[in-house]
Amino acid sequence: MTYIVKPKLHHPKLPHNKLGFTHRDYEGKVSTLCAGCGHDSISAALIQACFELDLPPHRIAKLSGIGCSSKTPDYFLGQSHGFNSVHGRMPSVMTGANLANRDLIYLGVSGDGDSASIGLGQFAHCLRRGVNMVYIVENNGVYGLTKGQFSATADKGSKSKRGASNQDSPIDLVGMAFLMGASFVARSFSGDKKQLVELIKAAIAHRGAAFIDCISPCVAFNNHPGSTKSFDYVREHNEAVNSLEFMEAKQEIKADYAPGTSALVRQHDGTFLNLKKLAADYDPTDRNGALAFLQRHQAAGEIVTGLLFVEPEPEDMVARLNVTKTPLNRLGEAELCPGSAILEKINAELR
Amino acid sequence: MPARLERTNDFVVLFANVNGSGSASANRLFGRAMIRMGVPVGSRNIFPSNIQGLPTWYEVRVSEAGHLGRRGGVDLMVAMNPQTWDNDVKSIDSGGYLFYDSSKPLPPSKFRDDINVVGMPLTEICNKQYSDPRQRQLFKNIMYVGALSQLLDIEPEVIEKLIGELYQGKEKLLAPNVEAFHIGRDYARKHLNGAIGLKLRRCDRVGNKILIEGNAAAALGAVYAGATVAAWYPITPSSSMAEAFQRYCQRYRVDQDGTHRFAIIQAEDELAAIGIVIGAAWNGVRAFTATAGPGISLMQEFIGLAHFAEIPAVIFDVQRGGPSTGMPTRTQQSDILSCAYASHGDTRHVLLFPAEPGECFEFAAKAFDLADRLQTPIFVMSDLDIGMNEWLVEPLAWDDKRKYDRGKVMTFEDLEAGKDFGRYLDVDGDGIPYRTLPGTHPTKGSFFTRGTSRDRYARYSEEGPVYVDNMERLLKKFDTAKSLLPAPVRRNAREATRFGAIYYGSTTTAMDEAIGMLEVNGIHLDTLRVRAYPFVDEIIDFIRAHERIFLVEQNRDAQLKTLLLDTGRVDANKIVSVLHYDGTPVTAHFIVSGISRRMQEIMPVPLRRVAS
Repeated sequence: MTYIVKPKLHHPKLPHNKLGFTHRDYEGKVSTLCAGCGHDSISAALIQACFELDLPPHRIAKLSGIGCSSKTPDYFLGQSHGFNSVHGRMPSVMTGANLANRDLIYLGVSGDGDSASIGLGQFAHCLRRGVNMVYIVENNGVYGLTKGQFSATADKGSKSKRGASNQDSPIDLVGMAFLMGASFVARSFSGDKKQLVELIKAAIAHRGAAFIDCISPCVAFNNHPGSTKSFDYVREHNEAVNSLEFMEAKQEIKADYAPGTSALVRQHDGTFLNLKKLAADYDPTDRNGALAFLQRHQAAGEIVTGLLFVEPEPEDMVARLNVTKTPLNRLGEAELCPGSAILEKINAELR
Repeated sequence: MPARLERTNDFVVLFANVNGSGSASANRLFGRAMIRMGVPVGSRNIFPSNIQGLPTWYEVRVSEAGHLGRRGGVDLMVAMNPQTWDNDVKSIDSGGYLFYDSSKPLPPSKFRDDINVVGMPLTEICNKQYSDPRQRQLFKNIMYVGALSQLLDIEPEVIEKLIGELYQGKEKLLAPNVEAFHIGRDYARKHLNGAIGLKLRRCDRVGNKILIEGNAAAALGAVYAGATVAAWYPITPSSSMAEAFQRYCQRYRVDQDGTHRFAIIQAEDELAAIGIVIGAAWNGVRAFTATAGPGISLMQEFIGLAHFAEIPAVIFDVQRGGPSTGMPTRTQQSDILSCAYASHGDTRHVLLFPAEPGECFEFAAKAFDLADRLQTPIFVMSDLDIGMNEWLVEPLAWDDKRKYDRGKVMTFEDLEAGKDFGRYLDVDGDGIPYRTLPGTHPTKGSFFTRGTSRDRYARYSEEGPVYVDNMERLLKKFDTAKSLLPAPVRRNAREATRFGAIYYGSTTTAMDEAIGMLEVNGIHLDTLRVRAYPFVDEIIDFIRAHERIFLVEQNRDAQLKTLLLDTGRVDANKIVSVLHYDGTPVTAHFIVSGISRRMQEIMPVPLRRVAS
């Protein structure tokens, strides 16, 4: 949301991807967020992931709710349609969009106020429906646009900039996503772009409800001592369970890891997730085991990051509803209107 | 001896039953049999918010003249519910009939001298005949239908055929039902012959009409209009519309490989339902939700977004009594204002007012064209009376040459040809801009959708003049809507008159009958049935051309009148409201007495005397 249009000029040697696009073709308008905001790093990671995946930008739809995070879709993928919807209700809009055209990639961008407070219900229900999407929560534990109120993901005992202490239990969106049946669950940190880019790529390739909880410190209101969502705190407590390398189908798989230290997961679309294990006892395909692990480590004050859960062969919403392969928005009278002869039959039944 | 009403093909029967006792299908059979004999019948279910135990009524209006609204009054009461006995007996017209279960003796104080009492020991007969308690209850219903068919001259073959259709594939139930039906008939022939002066006589006034609920008709309209996404949250009285849409799609929209050319989501609440509709419509399909007043309340914020972001959406509001814990199973027209002005900010929405299921079908299909053309939410304002009752209406019709009007959507070719795309740019002077669908073109036509704070090219702007410019265009668009809406229906009185009446929606059938009754009393009215909002000039002109306008509505606060006054072109003193809002469908008698009384106030000298 900016008045400034970025110049189209760029360095002639800027690398091109398979579609002939440069990195710049995936950018959006100039960000109006605070300098140093974690959210801008996430936008940058999204741009890089889409560039590296050679995605045609116009085949991506970006949807968001309300809040700082929800403004960001204007700052990346300028050639994509975007929809800045209603506070906490982006999931339903994305669900409808997905039903209308199953062929696009859906990127939902939300914040912790948007998804954990006002929109907790819609967050839960779009996951349980298995909407094929990448749902990123840019989680800073605070309301930025309204200047510093606690959000529902703020940890118990964490301190606000003004010194108030949060006494309510935090909502753990990752735990919620596990329980609601998300088929891809990850947590990352806006300060770890390498990890985040690979997770986004894997999530986009995943054909189901993919959720990424990305801790994204608010430099204006939640980056002080006593906050558990500050850059310093997250860096100190970040416990990555694995390191992900996203690989497209045709890529040669280099098995240069010692046995037992790496797992290869084949996704439905033929892509591979090469997961280098950092925590020996973590299995990201075991929903119950993974959840127990997370809760144990969370209780110990660690912020567990990485690909936390993946179901390699998920069934998404349109598959469950048995929706025809042709996007519904391409059907016309011939496919949809039963015609007057059938109406005559219906009339006859009603006599 | 009390007087006896003697009427043929023109009377009102009211069944008073206990909810969940299986009476509904028997009562329905009764009404259907009359229709099969060529006599028009209007049936209404007046039911509680309950599954079992509370009182429920089923009113059957028999009218060879085709008056299928409620008349008012009761000629024959079939009193099967002890809980409501006293009021039921009280409601019978003098000279009318009380048919009841006489198994248990009742003191004379429980009856009236001016009505004809017809007792039949139904429980006693059933207990003798059946040992299973469930059977005793169920067959009691079909038994009274048998007795009434004998007393009213309903052809038994017609009912037998209907029973056969009802239990097709369930032959085990067929024979015992036919048997119970005849037990009832035989008893009436032997013991009650000639007890009732209301008679049915075969005629040919039904023609090829069909019996259909408004909700089913609206659902069919959505199917025919090519709606593919429906999102809803269960709420009486609208649920049966979503369910009918599912049923018809299952029949007509499943490919040979079993895949569906539709998607229906039962959402977690109404907020999600409208969100899904908006997301789907933004992405280029025709989408709708069906709801009632409480759902409209919950959807307000999203409706505003759809209005400002200019996204087509069709909302079926099957109105009921307010509020949420109010009268969910009773009918009203009380969401007019909450829909017309739904949401925060300056918003106004297009409303359609169907009068019967035929128009539910027609307006449903129309609503999708309007939504696409105007890129805005369209409300179809049905109500419980239309939505959940079976009405006898003209057969539904569809012109196979009809094309969907998908409105102004820029295609890949348009963009490629270099057409100037401004999402909120008024190119044609009608206030309606062009839109693009996500995924259309690799480098052209993308935009960021938000409520306001953007200019004609969808670029972010918080400048005042830019905001005003957009709001003025939206007004122009609203004005454009007038030229696309169903026109009002005018009927001139037989004699020139200075008085007029305006009405809309489910009031129509009772109004038609009331106008005839008023004429008999010497009150002549020109009438105008409003079918849509915003109001076209014809409506304003009609009001201006008359000295007084009686505006009949089924709400307390005269909501349509408020909308009319809001145009700033109507004199408030001219409009006299006649308001019915007890939750039951309005009757012709109510309208007649309401208008007559107010007429007396306006012109104290009786019209007839003036004429003579």
